[in-house]
Amino acid sequence: MKKAVVYLQDGTIFEGRSIFSSGESAGEVVFNTSMTGYQEILTDPSYAGQIVTMTYPLIGNYGVNKEDVESNKIHVKGFIVKEFARRVSNFRATKSLTDYLNENNIVAIESVDTRALTRHLRLQGAMKGMISTEDFDPESLAKKLRAVPSMEGADWVKEVTTKEKYIWEEGTSSAFKVAAIDCGIKYNILRILTKMGCEVHVFPATATIQEISAINPDGLFVSNGPGDPAAVPYVAETVKNFIGQIPIFGICLGHQILGLALGGKTYKLKFGHRGANHPVKDLAEDKIAITSQNHGFCVDTDSLPKGEVEVTHVNLNDQTVEGLIHKKYPLFCVQYHPEASPGPHDARYLFHTFINMMKGANATT
Amino acid sequence: MPRRNDIKKILLIGSGPIIIGQACEFDYSGTQACKALKEEGYQVVLINSNPATIMTDPEIADATYIEPLTPEFVERVIAKERPDALLPTLGGQTGLNLAMKVSEQGILEKYNVELIGAGYEVIKKAEDRECFKQAVLKVGLDVPESAFAHNMEEAREVAKKIDFPMIIRPSYTLGGTGGAIVYSEEDFERLAFLGIESSMINEILIEESIAGWKEYELEVMRDCKDNVVIICSIENIDPMGVHTGDSITVAPAQTLSDKEYQEMRNQTLKLIREIGVETGGCNVQFAVHPNTGRIVVIEVNPRVSRSSALASKATGFPIAKFAAKLAVGYSLDEIRNDITKETPASFEPTIDYCVTKIPRFTFEKFPEAGDTLGVSMKSVGETMAIGRTFKESLQKGLRGLEIGHSGLDNKLDYNTISDEKIKMRLQVPNASRIFYIKYALQKGMSVDEIYELSRVDPWFVANIKEIVDFENALIKEFKQSKTLSVEALRQAKQFGFSDAQLSEIMKTDELSVRNLRKEAGIKAVFKLVDTCAAEFEAYTPYYYSTYEQEDEGNAVKKTDDDAPKRKIMILGGGPNRIGQGIEFDYCCCHASFALKELGCETIMINSNPETVSTDYDTSDKLYFEPLTFEDVMNIIESEKPDGVIVQFGGQTPLNLARRLNDAGVPIIGTSVESIDLAENREKFSNFITQLDIIQPKNGSANSVEEAVQVATRIGYPVLARPSYVLGGRAMKIVYNKKALLEFIEEAKDVSQGHPILIDKFIEDAIEVDVDAISDGENTFVAGMMEHIENAGIHSGDSACVLPPHTLSQNLLSQIKKHTCKIAKGLKVVGLLNIQFAVKGEQIYVLEVNPRASRTVPFVSKATGTPLAKIASKIMAGKKVADFQFVDPETLEHISVKESVLPFSRFSGVDIVLGPEMKSTGEVMGIDVTFGAAFAKAQMCANQSLPQEGKLFLSVNDTDKRNIAFLAKKLSDMGFTIFSTKGTARALKANGVKVAIVDKVGDGKNNLLAMIKKNELRLIINTPSGERSQSDMRSIRSAATVYDIPCITTLQGAWAAINGIETSKEKGFVTKSLQDYYKEREKQCAAS
Repeated sequence: MKKAVVYLQDGTIFEGRSIFSSGESAGEVVFNTSMTGYQEILTDPSYAGQIVTMTYPLIGNYGVNKEDVESNKIHVKGFIVKEFARRVSNFRATKSLTDYLNENNIVAIESVDTRALTRHLRLQGAMKGMISTEDFDPESLAKKLRAVPSMEGADWVKEVTTKEKYIWEEGTSSAFKVAAIDCGIKYNILRILTKMGCEVHVFPATATIQEISAINPDGLFVSNGPGDPAAVPYVAETVKNFIGQIPIFGICLGHQILGLALGGKTYKLKFGHRGANHPVKDLAEDKIAITSQNHGFCVDTDSLPKGEVEVTHVNLNDQTVEGLIHKKYPLFCVQYHPEASPGPHDARYLFHTFINMMKGANATT
Repeated sequence: MPRRNDIKKILLIGSGPIIIGQACEFDYSGTQACKALKEEGYQVVLINSNPATIMTDPEIADATYIEPLTPEFVERVIAKERPDALLPTLGGQTGLNLAMKVSEQGILEKYNVELIGAGYEVIKKAEDRECFKQAVLKVGLDVPESAFAHNMEEAREVAKKIDFPMIIRPSYTLGGTGGAIVYSEEDFERLAFLGIESSMINEILIEESIAGWKEYELEVMRDCKDNVVIICSIENIDPMGVHTGDSITVAPAQTLSDKEYQEMRNQTLKLIREIGVETGGCNVQFAVHPNTGRIVVIEVNPRVSRSSALASKATGFPIAKFAAKLAVGYSLDEIRNDITKETPASFEPTIDYCVTKIPRFTFEKFPEAGDTLGVSMKSVGETMAIGRTFKESLQKGLRGLEIGHSGLDNKLDYNTISDEKIKMRLQVPNASRIFYIKYALQKGMSVDEIYELSRVDPWFVANIKEIVDFENALIKEFKQSKTLSVEALRQAKQFGFSDAQLSEIMKTDELSVRNLRKEAGIKAVFKLVDTCAAEFEAYTPYYYSTYEQEDEGNAVKKTDDDAPKRKIMILGGGPNRIGQGIEFDYCCCHASFALKELGCETIMINSNPETVSTDYDTSDKLYFEPLTFEDVMNIIESEKPDGVIVQFGGQTPLNLARRLNDAGVPIIGTSVESIDLAENREKFSNFITQLDIIQPKNGSANSVEEAVQVATRIGYPVLARPSYVLGGRAMKIVYNKKALLEFIEEAKDVSQGHPILIDKFIEDAIEVDVDAISDGENTFVAGMMEHIENAGIHSGDSACVLPPHTLSQNLLSQIKKHTCKIAKGLKVVGLLNIQFAVKGEQIYVLEVNPRASRTVPFVSKATGTPLAKIASKIMAGKKVADFQFVDPETLEHISVKESVLPFSRFSGVDIVLGPEMKSTGEVMGIDVTFGAAFAKAQMCANQSLPQEGKLFLSVNDTDKRNIAFLAKKLSDMGFTIFSTKGTARALKANGVKVAIVDKVGDGKNNLLAMIKKNELRLIINTPSGERSQSDMRSIRSAATVYDIPCITTLQGAWAAINGIETSKEKGFVTKSLQDYYKEREKQCAAS
């Protein structure tokens, strides 16, 4: 067992231990409050560039399996927990979490006072940090950390988007053709759309309008993804062209990109929303969904053009905007994750909304 | 939606006495609900028979009725109060069943009372097994194979289709009473019959056994807008087959992936919607096949429950309080999370620690009943522990259980246990299985082998193995270097090892370990329970300890004025057990309320999740911690209180008093020296003699020889007991040397080196219990209670009446004088309880307890004087003269306390009462005559007195002289008397008509057969002191099973006759406590 440290940009140090991996890794340090779903979180491309700490202290209890992945690899820069399970127990487990992390060369440490770390991030805001099992010298760590770019303004999408366009292969039916712009799309979005009768064509984030139009899609989906939405203006530009043309649905980063495409602005939250227990109110229905969230940026509602866009959902914890709809065109988006994975399935109905929108559009054309 | 304005007055039904399966969690939930509804401006009417509850305090509801929980009395209260609505979901199964009954009898309709929270149809759908199964299947969920039966023929038909083992569950019972696992055809015949009998509607469910599957519970809330949130998930360490109440459980669920957890969540949402629980809390139980993941639904409780109390304490989310608000129209987003203040209640708590709940059993009180666990609940209490890891919370929980373990320790040497025994203890669920998992690991058994035998999930077993492996490493390190490194010590603390455990490894004492680690800078830190894993600022100081980097001990911002307040710490009573239950928690809560009134900052320490004291609303600060010297000292060192109260939490804090005192802790109230003086036989005898007060002849003994000498000197019969115990643990009346020797052998374990106390047993005396308040100089005698049973029966088990109804003025004033003398002599500051025995004109002091007693809440309710509150204020410096007292002898009403016994849970246990306490709870009957109050108390205790029919009367030789008049009276009242030969002869000689019946045997007039045919209405049987009557034992046991009132003393029989007469005349008064008190005040003003 090796000593390890978490070194934060503001000089704060948290001690821990490494039980298998050694090395060093830097990124934005964030916390996630979900009690389950670590495999989904590790493989969620939206965490690219981030070191994730889990607030639930006992991680790895049910191991990992082949099904619960949200992309083809682990995206987190590092993983900080209180305690990794030494023994796995679940009928679907094929491997232990520690083996999984080790095989993927992820720097992961335990025995950290993750509650103290979380409180620190809550009070001081998400910040850059480093985990190391080799270097414990604050000055040297600070120097290394200075070389790491900040989350704000960084384009992480290009790191995680698909290189080639592809069609999601699960499922056979194909009532609707959906073009999905992959900014770091989670598999569960693809699984759900496909299950609901869509043929999903996944495009790189850099795909051109022509490339997308070429498949003649019934709807456009703008996916979740990592980092600052303002750093990927090219996606907003692409999306703009389809507003009013075909139904558009955006999730998370996709929601922020749509906000930008509609003329709005985004800003960085102090420590973001990452968890599976956020109450979101559907203003029209006066109903609450418990949602899965993972975002560090947010759309500024005041910046949106008045009269065109309406706020449909708000976060009841901090009143931030969680959903938008266009008053004229078939376009809506949410800041949270209706595909869950991990998290509650309360917001699944939004996929139906998208399907219905495409049905409506087909009926009128 | 805002609150409903169409209702003004709401009736709440409490859960009645503490019984196995229904403990103080319903006082916690009921109190929260009353307070929440009052806060919203509703008038709250409460009916509950349990005086030891906070909810029945006169300031909690607007009108409080301490009355039997029967439809008749609920109707009386409704007729008088005319409430608009009845909220049935907060009084446990008792409250729910009673609401169903009054609804079925048309009482609600008659008085136009609306059921809110859950309607009749909803409750029926959830509670009626057939309706429930249909509801589950309708929404596409899975259940175990099963079918219903209403008689034995139907039962046999069903059983043909299901393989053994199968489970029998009676419909409409409490805590799974009558439920059983059946392994063979013979078992089936017997258990199916019992099940049908114990069901309120003679219905049983026979189902596929899913024993060994993983067991989960989800606590869920729904509002009127159909918003649903999961508050907490719970995973049981003991798999299916052990009642949840008897299982060690952990929150949150540990071994479910998000996919499985969300599937369970989805199922829960479907179920609560289908069953239609409109608003409030609800609990859903699932079983999961460990290899296939098949999920089956086990049960839905459409009400707050033991688990919801646990979930509230485990997460900081007050389920009952919010359930009450939802019931009157609010939606979840309109309610604010108390802890974070800024965020709404419409979220799902997330926690950043691990919670372990461990049940507390009392098998030592019922040695005839084995400690095997099954689907019928047997535990009497529970403890909860919070740690950052499972290992830490498990070890904290085990020491918080207060059964002599300092963690997952080595009380038994594994080398001395055979492999066969270990295997058996793993395979057959029992109260100490968790320790056998350790012994098995120590013996080298693998995690998988242990799983195969116990079906305890390998994740839990592996965690226990980590504790065992680490302990071995510590032992090795100590052997090599004669000390432990700082790193090793730190990790040991993080694994939950107590200083006591480490002292065994380091072959030293606990204090040395404590000093060693403190020098090394290893100190407990305190973290907050905040519902949100630190995502938001928390404003409620609810803490637990752990060993980590950051201490949040002073992190909570003070919201009110920051003026320094006097800090008073109150030590609670830990898990409920027989002899130490809700009464002590009641006193602790009152201490906190009273000291807050005085402007002090109050700090509560307790480990019992069922209680009001562990509601974060009760004190200014709450520490959810085990009540051990180590854990308490950690908090004291962090908080530096100005005073610590040890006399309210029962024996638990008293046992710590000496060590805390020695460590320089400022204990307030009666001094530790005085407490010791009262416990020390010899010193106490001298003290009493100096005061010129008489005590039964007595002595103490440190050896067998000495004991025999003492007993011979003072003469048999003697009362023998170990010192320093509560609830008369292991106390016995012995009539000869042989019995004395047996007693000493049995008591060895309990007395643990303390001497054995031997008193002359005074036969046929009347016992009087006195509760008083003193400031060391002046004393107020707050209540004198005359026992209905003879001395010799533990005061906690005997019925008593206040004010005394047969004792002369002269005797009473002497008792008062004695009390004042003793209080002054002991310099009692706070509460004092004395037991006297009166024989003729002679008064003996039996026992003096300079602390809160079990009867404090009863006396407070009966007299309207809040004893514990006043005592706390006196401990904080006030004087007796600062308070206005009402003389309890001037009361115009009579209060009777009756105890409630758990015998129906322990088949085969003799129900004879003795000096060892066996009751789990108490009830109170209040009325203007003794007969009415006694009859009510009996109804409250669920042993309603019959008004006619067949009764069995059999008494011992001493009593034979005195029964003729009693029997004549019963006969005149319309009872047919059956007796055994001896008693019949005595009765016939006095001209009483009597039929002879055999106790047991094959004859037609067989008593046992009469009981089983449900022909008998009453049994009066006074057992002879020394002879063990095995045939009578089976009769009394059978009577328990068939709910036939069984009276074991002549005094009890007379009280019963008195009560029966009143019942026949229907001479009951229905009056709220508030009205009784008002009347008393009027009298005082007039006089």
